[in-house]
Amino acid sequence: MAERAALEELVKLQGERVRGLKQQKASAELIEEEVAKLLKLKAQLGPDESKQKFVLKTPKETLMGKYGEDSKLIYDLKDQGGELLSLRYDLTVPFARYLAMNKLTNIKRYHIAKVYRRDNPAMTRGRYREFYQCDFDIAGNFDPMIPDAECLKIMCEILSSLQIGDFLVKVNDRRILDGMFAICGVSDSKFRTICSSVDKLDKVSWEEVKNEMVGEKGLAPEVADRIGDYVQQHGGVSLVEQLLQDPKLSQNKQALEGLGDLKLLFEYLTLFGIDDKISFDLSLARGLDYYTGVIYEAVLLQTPAQAGEEPLGVGSVAAGGRYDGLVGMFDPKGRKVPCVGLSIGVERIFSIVEQRLEALEEKVRTTETQVLVASAQKKLLEERLKLVSELWDAGIKAELLYKKNPKLLNQLQYCEEAGIPLVAIIGEQELKDGVIKLRSVTSREEVDVRREDLVEEIKRRTGQPLCIC
Amino acid sequence: MAERAALEELVKLQGERVRGLKQQKASAELIEEEVAKLLKLKAQLGPDESKQKFVLKTPKGTRDYSPRQMAVREKVFDVIIRCFKRHGAEVIDTPVFELKETLMGKYGEDSKLIYDLKDQGGELLSLRYDLTVPFARYLAMNKLTNIKRYHIAKVYRRDNPAMTRGRYREFYQCDFDIAGNFDPMIPDAECLKIMCEILSSLQIGDFLVKVNDRRILDGMFAICGVSDSKFRTICSSVDKLDKVSWEEVKNEMAVLLQTPAQAGEEPLGVGSVAAGGRYDGLVGMFDPKGRKVPCVGLSIGVERIFSIVEQRLEALEEKVRTTETQVLVASAQKKLLEERLKLVSELWDAGIKAELLYKKNPKLLNQLQYCEEAGIPLVAIIGEQELKDGVIKLRSVTSREEVREVAEDLKSGQNRDFNFYYGTTPFSYKAQEA
Repeated sequence: MAERAALEELVKLQGERVRGLKQQKASAELIEEEVAKLLKLKAQLGPDESKQKFVLKTPKETLMGKYGEDSKLIYDLKDQGGELLSLRYDLTVPFARYLAMNKLTNIKRYHIAKVYRRDNPAMTRGRYREFYQCDFDIAGNFDPMIPDAECLKIMCEILSSLQIGDFLVKVNDRRILDGMFAICGVSDSKFRTICSSVDKLDKVSWEEVKNEMVGEKGLAPEVADRIGDYVQQHGGVSLVEQLLQDPKLSQNKQALEGLGDLKLLFEYLTLFGIDDKISFDLSLARGLDYYTGVIYEAVLLQTPAQAGEEPLGVGSVAAGGRYDGLVGMFDPKGRKVPCVGLSIGVERIFSIVEQRLEALEEKVRTTETQVLVASAQKKLLEERLKLVSELWDAGIKAELLYKKNPKLLNQLQYCEEAGIPLVAIIGEQELKDGVIKLRSVTSREEVDVRREDLVEEIKRRTGQPLCIC
Repeated sequence: MAERAALEELVKLQGERVRGLKQQKASAELIEEEVAKLLKLKAQLGPDESKQKFVLKTPKGTRDYSPRQMAVREKVFDVIIRCFKRHGAEVIDTPVFELKETLMGKYGEDSKLIYDLKDQGGELLSLRYDLTVPFARYLAMNKLTNIKRYHIAKVYRRDNPAMTRGRYREFYQCDFDIAGNFDPMIPDAECLKIMCEILSSLQIGDFLVKVNDRRILDGMFAICGVSDSKFRTICSSVDKLDKVSWEEVKNEMAVLLQTPAQAGEEPLGVGSVAAGGRYDGLVGMFDPKGRKVPCVGLSIGVERIFSIVEQRLEALEEKVRTTETQVLVASAQKKLLEERLKLVSELWDAGIKAELLYKKNPKLLNQLQYCEEAGIPLVAIIGEQELKDGVIKLRSVTSREEVREVAEDLKSGQNRDFNFYYGTTPFSYKAQEA
């Protein structure tokens, strides 16, 4: 291995030598001599190696480290003689690969796409094997906590706009957890497993969590108690300040860093007007594999559930955090690109919105058609085709029934089922008079409109701008 | 794991030490000694770990979409979807993989191009090859007798990719179909109307739609004396009919008459940008009772259209915006981050698309440069004096004109000025004078 590196270095130097001689227009003999030396060196390297382009180190541990045991949930494609492929498990690893591949140092991007996991599906609870992920990330070296604050602002804006109920965003920091466990006496090797117990505090009582840590995970009871003193706390910026004064925690460098950043974060969140939605929660400890700083999770405070139906349960609808080390794992030079981001749990949100619409008995339209072109008598297909084409050309959303001689009643029924608000009725008499009957489907009110005014009238009624969209 | 990290750190430090010595031109012996130590440390890391490399690339025949390419894609899909909606189409989505048995036997010789998933102990799966078979499966599964739907999604073929010519292994298909028993040729005519509307709106040049009918071809070959067995071969000589899927009664192909090509570049060639036809027998293959649902539809060749639109934008030297940001909130002096955060938050809450630089004390010049590069039309500059006076400097990035606005009116002022200066041009912009 050392020999190889030395050899590669020699090849490089010899190559430069040859180039130099050519530039200086040295004698042909001399150049030929040095070129021969170069070729000999290259031959020693061996043919295969020189074909390796874009080589970078990505130990299987990278993917293992990201997905851990979950890597058994990855869908592989059959080996059909070409490259070995797998379906993406999330959007974060592809993002890191994209940044490293394009040598980007900063970008603010969103990505909404399906990901694939060979999980045990629980479709009633919104757990599928193919499902949407909705990621937003800011990559780059910036002044502390500004992009982090924007991520939280975005999360709040989205959850408010979706109108799925009140929500709370829990915030914590990996370094605070690390420091807290260290001063409580948790060994490095137990870190992850203790985290996963602590994280259950949002669903079960402290007693149960403590029993799991002591009884199942072999943690000393005193250590568990010390942990308990911390993780049951949550609050606003005042809690941050309180912990900054904590005699033990303030001795821990990591925890201090985390607390300092959270203090700054709260300042920014207040300027963004969302501090009332944020809770600093020391029990937030999930999904820590690659987070390196602030972490957050949004939960609905009250899931609207139908009477008699199992509620979707307390569950997160969005989560995220800072992960400064991931891109470095892909970059050949290990160059770090700090990242902070969030992921919206859209599948869960789909279910909630669907439930809500059912509860409100709101009919969901599946088309946007504004007007049906109908005929009152037989043999008017030509007129219908001509008229609907005029409407399409004017940018109006219109349909007609695919029947030569449809009954008016059927055409009206079609409108009611599809929620089409207007129907333009062509009739023999009206044709002679040069008008179309424009009818509102819900109110049944009708008015005769001159053929040449029809487009404008429909646009006026549907609130469309008069120019073509 | 901790040991490894420590070791890697030692290697790093030793490497720096060696570099330092070389720079200082220390004695050759000393350098050699330290280099030997470095190599020993590296050896301890172990050969295997450092050899575990993979190639940083997307799989063969696939590509990432950069922000610029996404902007083109979004615009093209917007035109297409608007048209589908104008004609009252619903939209569906299906999983990216189907049961292998669903796809088997539907694609003839092309079946060897299907991507299979590895047998991992569950159902045998394959990636969808097109959107038509999933559509037929959907109709049969839900016992639907009629629907007008569009579906835009990626499909997968283990083809020989020719990426310069827009042939990928993963690519978008953009299908519109009308299924159901209707009076003859009305839905067929609407499909052709849709194809024409889309190709016109895309403004990619003049086009022609070629139309034929499978029954005419059948009859023609019959009276000319072509045996049934030779039908497909003869067809493919006559035209590339074998590219269009089986059971086509009528074939329609939309061909670009003149592909705009860059000087010196190989033109995309006269090629089809859309195709379709009537296929009455497909759903019957899935239905347990063999119930037929007549279908007619079209498919837009969006990958080719992406390339054409990209080429056109380059030729016109039109800059493609990758964001829709309307205003950058900037500061003229130091220590104004708080005001910037407050103001940008107000703009967001009012629905205005705004950004700020993630720096505590950015230089005004850098902020203006950021606007120029990203195509952001307006910049709202906070300054110490202006704060005292209760105003914000609103400046047009291209014309450099300044407008002083009262701080409280800024939101409504913003909206008014947008309409006055620019309207919203999310896709592309040319430097305009306000």
